[in-house]
Amino acid sequence: MKEKEYRYASAAHNGLLFLKSVPGVAFGDRVSIRDQHGRKRNGQVILSSNELVMVQILEGTDDVNLEDIWVRFLEEPFEMPLSPDVLGRVFNGIGEPRDDRPPIVSRLRRNVNGQPLNPIARAYPREFIQTGISAIDGLNSLVRGQKLPIFSGSGLPHNKLAAQIVRQSKLLGEESRFVVVFAAMGVSYADAQFFREDFESNGVLGNVVMFTNLADDPPIERLILPRTAMTVAEYLAFDLDLHVLVVLTDMTYYAEALREVATAKGDVPTRKGYPGYLYSDLAEIYERAGRVRERHGSITMVPVVSMPSDDITHPIPDLTGYITEGQIVLSRELNNQDLYPPVNIPPSLSRLMKDGIGKDDTREDHPRVANQLYAAYAKALEVRNLASIIGPDELPDLDRKYLKFADGFEQRFLAQGMDEDRSIIQTLNIAWDLLSGLPRDVLSRVTEADLARYHHWNSGT
Amino acid sequence: MTDRGTIIEINGPLVRARLPGIASGEQVRLGEMALTGEVIGLDGDRALIQVYESTEMLRPGEGVTPLGYPLSVELGPGLLGGIFDGIQRPLKNLRDQAGDHIPRGLDVPVLDRDKLWSFTPNPELKAGQEIRGGILLGKVQETASIEHRILAPPDISGELVELAGAGDYNLRQVIARIHTPLNGIRELKLFHRWPVRIPRPYARRHEGVAPLLTGQRILDTFFPLLKGGKGAIPGPFGAGKTMLQQQIARWTNADIVIYVGCGERGNELVDILESFPQLTDPYSGRSLMERTLLVANTSNMPVVAREASIYLGVTLAEYFRDQGHDVVMLADSTSRWAEALREVAGRLGQMPVEEGYPAYLASRLASFYERAGRVKTLSGESGSVSLIGAVSPPGGDFSEPVTNHTKDIIQTFWALSKPLADARHYPSVSWIESFSDAVEAAAKWWSKEVDPNWQEKRILALNLLSAAEELARIINLVGAEALSPQQRWTVEMATLVREGLLQQNALDDVDSYCSPQKQFALLDLIIGLYQQGQELVKANVPVSALLALPLLSRTRRCKNLYGNDQLEELTALGREFQEELEKLHRKYEEQKA
Ligand SMILES: Nc1ncnc2c1ncn2[C@@H]1O[C@H](COP(=O)(O)OP(=O)(O)O)[C@@H](O)[C@H]1O
Ligand SMILES: [Mg+2]
Repeated sequence: MKEKEYRYASAAHNGLLFLKSVPGVAFGDRVSIRDQHGRKRNGQVILSSNELVMVQILEGTDDVNLEDIWVRFLEEPFEMPLSPDVLGRVFNGIGEPRDDRPPIVSRLRRNVNGQPLNPIARAYPREFIQTGISAIDGLNSLVRGQKLPIFSGSGLPHNKLAAQIVRQSKLLGEESRFVVVFAAMGVSYADAQFFREDFESNGVLGNVVMFTNLADDPPIERLILPRTAMTVAEYLAFDLDLHVLVVLTDMTYYAEALREVATAKGDVPTRKGYPGYLYSDLAEIYERAGRVRERHGSITMVPVVSMPSDDITHPIPDLTGYITEGQIVLSRELNNQDLYPPVNIPPSLSRLMKDGIGKDDTREDHPRVANQLYAAYAKALEVRNLASIIGPDELPDLDRKYLKFADGFEQRFLAQGMDEDRSIIQTLNIAWDLLSGLPRDVLSRVTEADLARYHHWNSGT
Repeated sequence: MTDRGTIIEINGPLVRARLPGIASGEQVRLGEMALTGEVIGLDGDRALIQVYESTEMLRPGEGVTPLGYPLSVELGPGLLGGIFDGIQRPLKNLRDQAGDHIPRGLDVPVLDRDKLWSFTPNPELKAGQEIRGGILLGKVQETASIEHRILAPPDISGELVELAGAGDYNLRQVIARIHTPLNGIRELKLFHRWPVRIPRPYARRHEGVAPLLTGQRILDTFFPLLKGGKGAIPGPFGAGKTMLQQQIARWTNADIVIYVGCGERGNELVDILESFPQLTDPYSGRSLMERTLLVANTSNMPVVAREASIYLGVTLAEYFRDQGHDVVMLADSTSRWAEALREVAGRLGQMPVEEGYPAYLASRLASFYERAGRVKTLSGESGSVSLIGAVSPPGGDFSEPVTNHTKDIIQTFWALSKPLADARHYPSVSWIESFSDAVEAAAKWWSKEVDPNWQEKRILALNLLSAAEELARIINLVGAEALSPQQRWTVEMATLVREGLLQQNALDDVDSYCSPQKQFALLDLIIGLYQQGQELVKANVPVSALLALPLLSRTRRCKNLYGNDQLEELTALGREFQEELEKLHRKYEEQKA
């Protein structure tokens, strides 16, 4: 069918444009609009009937004159042109250059919504990525193809942590580096610039594709941006066989933009006003990470989600946690003690570490050590809590050992420098130093053989 | 086929069409892309259609073709070991035809039409005989461990004109001809179709009598579920719902396992697909995949097909039940199904009542779980469907509608606890919030098959845990020093119950599966220690002396050290501990004297 063009619209508000009596418009169609000032805007059809068509305008509907407008239905979905030239470039949410360089020209264009990956086409992710960060490698290991978000809060060092992960991530015994797809949604110029400079000073800028929609850019464009970014990531991983690390920051601003549009459309609100489809919408983005059988490349994803009021039960972190393969949770309390990285261990989790660690991957004792550290730290936190009530002097000897363990765990295991790149063996050795401060009898998550091999007998029981 | 209707409006997965004369529930194909949909409501000559595939680039004015039948499943040999999407398209064939991504509008046969199956007719049937629905026509050995019984479709009755002899047949061939009073001759093949939203009929319901064993101590010993029962696993993300369901799928003593991944992660299904073929069924010794069937509608696949996937799963379960099998269906997660309902209701403009859910949420949940049960089948056998649904409450809040309504419907509630999961206590099933109303029935089985003292010991263990919970409150106020020696012993022993009995690491080679006998042996060992220790404490033996004995830390490790075939060692250990304690007792008696 031919492109359709109209010179009027019947209503516009909250980023939505309404047209009456324009029959046969495709659902999801891309729309190009020129307003009375000649400025171009982009839209997408989100409801279509013969009587009424609803178009979501990415740049918003402020200052449009309904009598003096061009609306063109382009008869195509949003697509991203793809070629190896995307590396080193900066784009906006719909894949237009933001770096004063020419647009990507390619015959290969793909619908940014992608298509759902057939679950049986997936290969289970199991290759350990060493990030050099003990809290991650030792306790919440990342594997190639995993989606592991950072749950953070305002003022917490999620950017530094994400940048450190990007900088240090490598596969043991492999030289191949990651290429990076960096998607910024709603973050400040300073935050985006921080990443840019970090990439630049590491000389990797040529291996980075950036998508930016910053705090002062039109918010509705954020709804397309991660989809465009994932389309590029899929191309790099599954067409060009590269290992891709995707950083999405900040998914909270993405979800807020979604809520804004949902409210304008009159969708039934659920928790905190977010629409019921927030879960599925987020899944459409997150589930694009992974590995595919018989393909060499992979997509590993580290989304940043800031938790409004540090509340992990807020719908955005909550639904994210239901989709992603674990989460690294940052703690304001540890951050206030100047501890970096301030990872809140108990609620943090990596669901895919089980197949990526152990005998042939890291070290044979790793799974049990991780388990034991978790259990001992949980117990130690209980003791610390008790000590704050009844005073540490009242505690039995074993409990005092736990207190010491908690301090050592935070100061020596968790805490590390922003440029400190620990090997997994170093991480595990620190773990055993700390566990050796506890009597062997209470270490029921490790085996007798582990104890015989790694427990420092002298400092223990 | 010619279009009978025209699309009027597209609103996400919901389409309005002018479609006179259509029946509610009927399947349709939409537009040039031939997307699959289902009529879910009528308004004059307008039909409301929910579409199982993305409606992107569909437009008003395109045609709609009714298919003449409701959303149905194909039931016959070739299902086991398979993986299907929410509307029963085989995902392996989809990949062969269309590559790594799921295409739209592709119509692939569900069951392989050409594969030959060796059919043995039912020797008791003769031409001229009256046939009722559900009767056994013959058998096919589908996998080495599973016999597939070929049943007459439940809705048929008439006179048997002809039954095929023993031999190899494919799904296109006729294996029986029935003369029906209304429709004349009906030809039956090795498979038939059944509408997913209609429960398959059975002769009669039976009470559940035997526990559905899972090899997980906290479930089998403390909160049992019966074969034919309904259970739910609510828990916040990361609490262990999926792992627990996979553990059940691995180790259950059911004949057939149907695992429905409804709106969850793709990688979790891959995990099953990659690991199950390598694992053996502990009962038949055959590859686990031979008794397993997967339905996968992951979170990135179209939303409304999630709603269908649950019904697809339970219909498949009923079909195997009708063959006299014990079937368990696991649904991960029923919350995603409920959300799909909510999504459609919202777009239909139906009045939301709680958190956006429509008023019929509770009744839909109830009628789904009602399809569980132990029955006498139409062919006179005994079979069961057990339903176990994961629930994913937003923010881990169990008062939300789906958890809340589910709790009222089910018999066994395995509540997962975030604090337990955070401390890596798995399975994180809370012994405080969970319940089972199947204990009495299960106790009969345990006392007959395992040990007459099962009920008594498990109650002792539960009491110990709740006593310790009370004492923990005191400790948190004034410290452990305030406890009496008896109380201290209780606290220590409750810790032992938690670590030595309740905790069970799914990834541990020895402990992943625990036989009922080993479950009881561990329970017995720990309760024995507790009781004997209690006597010693009463006799003024200091608790510290008891705690100094190495036997406590040895008991903690027993579950990992002794396999299911090493029960004698466990019993011997119990005797050894008993002697050690007696020795200690004597020592203190002598000191006193
Ligand atoms: N029984 C178990 N044994 C060992 N680890 C477990 C067990 N249950 C859960 N886990 C751990 O918890 C993680 C999350 O479990 P999962 O079942 O995926 O949670 P949910 O489905 O509730 O989000 C798993 O990846 C695993 O590391
Ligand atoms: Mg899960």
